[in-house]
Amino acid sequence: MTPLTPAPARVHPARRAGRCLVRLLLALGAVVSLVPFLWMAIAATHSTPELFRSPPPFLPGGRLLDNLVRLQDTIGFGRVLLNSVGIAVVHTALSSLISAMCGYGLAKYRFRGRGLLLGAVLMTMMIPFQVLLVPLFQMMASVGWIDSYQAVILPFLANSFGILLMRQGFVDFPDELLESARVDGSGELRTFYQVVLPCVRPQLGALVIFTFMTQWNSFIWPLLMLNTEDKYTVPVALNTLTGLSRVDYSGLMLGSLLATLPLMALFLFFQRQFVAGLLGGAVKG
Amino acid sequence: MAAPTAPTALDRGPAPVRKPAAARGGRRRPRLAAWIFAGPAAALFALFFAYPLGASLLQSFTSEDAGTTRWVGLDQYRRMFDDPAFLKSLFNTGVILAIQVPVMIGLGLALAVLLNQSWLRFRGTWRAVYFLPAVTTLVAYAVVFQVLLKTDGGLVNQILGALGAGPVDWLNSPTWARVSLIASLTWRWTGYNAVILLAGLQAIGKEQYEAASIDGAGTVTTYLRVILPQLRPVVLFCVITSTIGTLQLFDENYVLTRGGPDDATLTPVVYLYKVGFQQLDFGYAAAIAWVVVALIAAISALQYLVFGRERRR
Repeated sequence: MTPLTPAPARVHPARRAGRCLVRLLLALGAVVSLVPFLWMAIAATHSTPELFRSPPPFLPGGRLLDNLVRLQDTIGFGRVLLNSVGIAVVHTALSSLISAMCGYGLAKYRFRGRGLLLGAVLMTMMIPFQVLLVPLFQMMASVGWIDSYQAVILPFLANSFGILLMRQGFVDFPDELLESARVDGSGELRTFYQVVLPCVRPQLGALVIFTFMTQWNSFIWPLLMLNTEDKYTVPVALNTLTGLSRVDYSGLMLGSLLATLPLMALFLFFQRQFVAGLLGGAVKG
Repeated sequence: MAAPTAPTALDRGPAPVRKPAAARGGRRRPRLAAWIFAGPAAALFALFFAYPLGASLLQSFTSEDAGTTRWVGLDQYRRMFDDPAFLKSLFNTGVILAIQVPVMIGLGLALAVLLNQSWLRFRGTWRAVYFLPAVTTLVAYAVVFQVLLKTDGGLVNQILGALGAGPVDWLNSPTWARVSLIASLTWRWTGYNAVILLAGLQAIGKEQYEAASIDGAGTVTTYLRVILPQLRPVVLFCVITSTIGTLQLFDENYVLTRGGPDDATLTPVVYLYKVGFQQLDFGYAAAIAWVVVALIAAISALQYLVFGRERRR
């Protein structure tokens, strides 16, 4: 007990034991949660045979640079990383804008087809996207877009979760303010960008983080679309390493670590927005 | 919009009296603006959702032989009844629904209650630690579990060996592969559910805890009798999303075991992927996809009905 806790003297011994038990259970869960990450970090600094020797290494080794050089040689990791960043940034920017605009349209206007659009948004959340895989693949093949970045980016730009999240944010925006902006002669688009959008920064932040993470992690669609090695994204490139007869586990662990670190950083940095966004879409009503 | 003279383009609020300026220049403008806002998303949905969805439904009634497409009616759907691989994928889904979902929701609930203790400090840090598995890159997740569960020399088997238990063939024996999949799914998604449940707990007023405590209820009784019953809608939300997630399961078992060994971790969506992109049997893949859609719709409707009845009571 630290002096920061109010009135520590009054904590009953039995209650104190209970608190210790709670902390112990939480710590146990945290260990289970974190061990795979720690193991990934340790494994990235060892050679593959070292990983599986007995006893296993519990401290970082000295092969980090070797693994990095090998990863660059086998899958061109630098280039692949650049592809992933480029695709994720472009996709996130476009998708967030489109979703925010659609959310605003649904929240603040009545128009023919509004119900249909809302229905479509809800339906995309119910239908597993694998249903669309074959027809989408055939569409892309018929316009000759296989192995292009636009084929990776375009089909999933309109994001139902994002649209509903943003709509929820816009619904509470007072109509009187919109009306007075109109009276002042501000165009609808200008009102949106200059007046409304700054007010929903939390939701927008959550949406941007979510979209970036989803695209960064996206695996099946880029795997189907991209087939030249220097166009691969990180997950697709790492996947090619798993199919070999002698799997380069330490290289894979380093690649996985490097693919996960940006996400972890992003999540830890924006945790509050992230959780708020998650709940905005989840616990309501 | 029924009447062409409908006075307002705004969604909410009474606003029947329009201000003169808006009436003059902008009566039609908001309606056009609505399409500027919603148009891009609507066009994308039409092109990349509605069209392929319709195409896949049509495709499920066809068969392709030597490059020509033939209408076969319901044949592709009939095939599923005596396709052992498909039936096994349904069985596997049932096993995961019966074991993994309750275990995960139970653990998530327990974690949420532990994290909800008012005296607990660094709650945000704990929450982040538990949530981290859900934000891992899929391929990284697969790789790290393959390395941890490797039969000879994997960390898990080494720890078991140190405890005197024999090495387990985690990913190559049908039974253990199922266990591995269930364990790794639980690792990935328990924290995610716990965070949602925790938010539900925090939405319950502090005075409820105090009232129960004044009435002489201990912490355990308070939770069992007072708090958890109120959490029911949030628990149901988690159960429904986890059920839908299980029916759509693809990522984890595809990257961990490719559905094997001996189809022990095959799910309908992994199967339809294999049928479509490895056997190029597009019609059959589409039919399987639509059965998955129907299953999700049916189970969601069922859970919604149960949920609805709970609410009315």
